[in-house]
Amino acid sequence: MMKWLHTMASSAWFYRFSGQMIPWLTAIFAVLFVYGLYGGLITAPADYQQGDAFRIIYIHVPAAWMSLFIYIVMAVYAFIALVWRIKLAEVLLISSAPVGAAFTFLALVTGSLWGKPMWGTWWSWDARLTSELLLLFLYWGVIGLYAAIEDKRTASRAVSILTLIGVVNIPIIHYSVEWWNTLHQGSSVTLTNKPTMPLEMLIPLLVMATAFKVYYGISLLIRTRAELVEREPNSKWLKQVIEENDHG
Amino acid sequence: MAEFFYMGGYAFHVWTSYALAFVVLFINIVGPSLRHKKNLQSASDFQQQNEVKADDA
Repeated sequence: MMKWLHTMASSAWFYRFSGQMIPWLTAIFAVLFVYGLYGGLITAPADYQQGDAFRIIYIHVPAAWMSLFIYIVMAVYAFIALVWRIKLAEVLLISSAPVGAAFTFLALVTGSLWGKPMWGTWWSWDARLTSELLLLFLYWGVIGLYAAIEDKRTASRAVSILTLIGVVNIPIIHYSVEWWNTLHQGSSVTLTNKPTMPLEMLIPLLVMATAFKVYYGISLLIRTRAELVEREPNSKWLKQVIEENDHG
Repeated sequence: MAEFFYMGGYAFHVWTSYALAFVVLFINIVGPSLRHKKNLQSASDFQQQNEVKADDA
């Protein structure tokens, strides 16, 4: 088991394996994304209260889910990086942050675009909105801290600690709509209860959410490959890769 | 078709959201891909310089 973990954690193995995975993931993402767009924009009926404005849900909710999901994944990488000092976990952690920030940004802006016609305001200091904004600052903090420290192993340790501290914000975001009764509505889709929307609205939402997860995989792999090359420019495995590229 | 683009009067809000999603998804693939390419190139240059130095010595 440990031997298997160490093979998986080696830069050489990861670089080659991820290179093979990316085309497959891209194909899966393309199919899911196109189906999600088709379902969300065309086959789903307009909402009886919100009309066609509700279609923003197919971007907003998957993006918001990803903003939480990626942070939790980062916390797992941070824990592995701190406890076992596995370099690959450090690289995966820092490579996740920009994707997480991008989805958080997307969730906030599409939320604003949805809030204006429905609530009559672009922004309010509602508990859900404020804690999600704090999440964006956490992602930026991670990116900034990593960039500010010259030695990348020290930077990774600092970033891991910051990521783990920031985890307290995740349950706050999740439960904010229950703890504080404010502007943002409660969840329409949960793991335990029956969803409150019809299937032709729900299925595109779940497909889009899956598409975004696969997308995270693609972006993460490309970023991780770029970071590995930058961190280990003179390594044996990279020499081999470059030689193969030159001859192939 | 016109009705589809009209989005029941919410065209601006709906289409801006989807357009932004496209932009964000596009940037986060193309940006890192370019960086990967650039890093590979500089690693390759770095290794060649080292080989030249090793040959001189």
